Amino acid sequence: MNQAVFTPWDDPSAKPLIRFKGVTKRFGEFVAIDNLTLDIYEREFFALLGPSGCGKTTMMRMLAGFETATEGSIELSGQDIGPVPPNKRAVNMMFQSYALFPHLTVYDNIAFGLRRGTMPREQIDARVSEMLKLTRLEKFARRKPHQISGGQRQRVALARSLAKAPKLLLLDEPLGALDAKLRQATQFELMDIQEKTGTTFVIVTHDQEEAMTVASRVAVMDEGRVMQVATPERIYEAPNSVYVADFIGDVNILKGTATANGTGSYAVTWDEGQRPVTAISDTVFSEGQACFLAIRPEKIAINAERPTDADNAIQGKILDIAYLGNLSTYHVALPGGQVIKAQAANTRRVSRRSFTWEDTVWISWTATAGVLLDQ
Amino acid sequence: MNKLSWFNVTSLTFGFAFLYMPMVILIIYSFNASKLVTVWAGFSTKWYGSLFENEAFLDAAWVTIKVAVMSSSLATILGTMAAYVLVRGGRFMGRTLFSGMIYAPLVMPEVITGLSLLLLFIGIGLDRGVLTIVLAHTTFAMCYVSVVVSSRLVSFDRSLEEAALDLGCSNFEAFRLVTLPIIAPAVISGWLLAFTLSLDDLVIASFTAGPSATTLPIKIFSAVRLGVSPEINALSTIMIAIVTVGVISASLVSKRNSLRQQKDEQAAARAT
Repeated sequence: MNQAVFTPWDDPSAKPLIRFKGVTKRFGEFVAIDNLTLDIYEREFFALLGPSGCGKTTMMRMLAGFETATEGSIELSGQDIGPVPPNKRAVNMMFQSYALFPHLTVYDNIAFGLRRGTMPREQIDARVSEMLKLTRLEKFARRKPHQISGGQRQRVALARSLAKAPKLLLLDEPLGALDAKLRQATQFELMDIQEKTGTTFVIVTHDQEEAMTVASRVAVMDEGRVMQVATPERIYEAPNSVYVADFIGDVNILKGTATANGTGSYAVTWDEGQRPVTAISDTVFSEGQACFLAIRPEKIAINAERPTDADNAIQGKILDIAYLGNLSTYHVALPGGQVIKAQAANTRRVSRRSFTWEDTVWISWTATAGVLLDQ
Repeated sequence: MNKLSWFNVTSLTFGFAFLYMPMVILIIYSFNASKLVTVWAGFSTKWYGSLFENEAFLDAAWVTIKVAVMSSSLATILGTMAAYVLVRGGRFMGRTLFSGMIYAPLVMPEVITGLSLLLLFIGIGLDRGVLTIVLAHTTFAMCYVSVVVSSRLVSFDRSLEEAALDLGCSNFEAFRLVTLPIIAPAVISGWLLAFTLSLDDLVIASFTAGPSATTLPIKIFSAVRLGVSPEINALSTIMIAIVTVGVISASLVSKRNSLRQQKDEQAAARAT
């Protein structure tokens, strides 16, 4: 593959498709979106991720035109879309409830948007057939929405919102109503369709795994603010705050104070009776500044003997083991009372494991395994 | 089949006798050969024949149907519009007041509605006739329609309308192409309700009817005051027959629809 890596957000000359400029949205006293500035680029698969009530749905509804910003402006290809009503925007939305028209067939649902324009009949027919083929629904064109299954309804909703070839497609929790297995299959289908059509997708979800799987970039939101916007890898490996680290996946947080012990290297004092741990960080910390060391469980090794070459090693007692089949998560209690989660692949049969409940073990990690955070 | 206890049998018998005895007697006497209503003198259908030669009754029946069709159609349009605004209009000034006021005529004594309409028509110098009855019936049937339609609109998924807007509809197109077809069953039952209300209204019609136009209920009522004639029994029997056929066919249609729905859902479950 000699295809260039798709990273328009790192290119200063790239023009964003959508620009949120200092957007604030209030519902009475309640601030749903708080002074938000954000760029989304063409052909991106952008995920808005956050707990319910964080403002992600409000952002999407502002893009669709169902809500107007209280302050600030939203631009689509350089044009302020604030005064443009929803039916005049080159933006389509796939609703969480799918919102299929129950009185129309699958075919008529997909053709609905096309018929509102001046497109001639044959072209509408061709376009609908194309959409039916893309979503593998050819057999169901004559059925009504209540005559097809949930997964098929989801695909009809997608086909309908893609039929008008919008510049931007909004997906509001598109997979929320599907069961786990179907959801996984559909995630890959969505990515496939996004790549084939080259449409910019903005997806709203509260499911972090879903966001990580499908998105080119993820915005983690909390209480109307964007906490971090980055690629899934960076969100996971280099979160910029304890909130983001904690929201995405599992994490151990050690709270302590930082003391420089080399260039970009810090000794973190986190417990009275314990030796400080060493962490490498790009962020500069002053002497004695409060800090948080975030380490993912799979980056912590667990051994019966003290490893000789580890940067950081602490002795503890196994409190609990969660057996997940391919992995096991060990809850290790330290002398100070903290519980650290460590994850290890079950490369040997469980019966041949060298430690079990109540055993004393050593947990260890390298200086670069964790991320040192100031908030 | 469960065997009913004697208590259930008794209550069933008494209950239904209470409901249907008067009507059964009326139907039996409509086939009475005697002119005297209370004396049985053998089976005959002659009163049905003479009924169809009675111009006054036929005229009144025709007026009644005309009034019912016009007023229920008008009431359906106005009632649906009112329901749409009250449910969908968001929070505007006086919304609570308006939604309270639209239901007020439901509990208002008919005599008062009739009297106030009469005063209004006299006040603006409108001659009493078909037009005034239509207006009066529209006025009170409209709130029934609006109650029926707004209960459907409340349970209606708002995102369907948003989807229509999102796909390029104007507000009116969204209503015509999406909202109206979906709430159609409620609109139709609102129309039927308004139609029946208009058909059997006596109080309001007698306030607003003039010498040029009389509805069937008024005609029957005034005829009965001069003595019950077997013709009226025959007329009433015909009306009972029409209503019975209507109710039975409506329930058959809805039963068929629900069966079809069930079959469709099973087919969808299999199609996964």
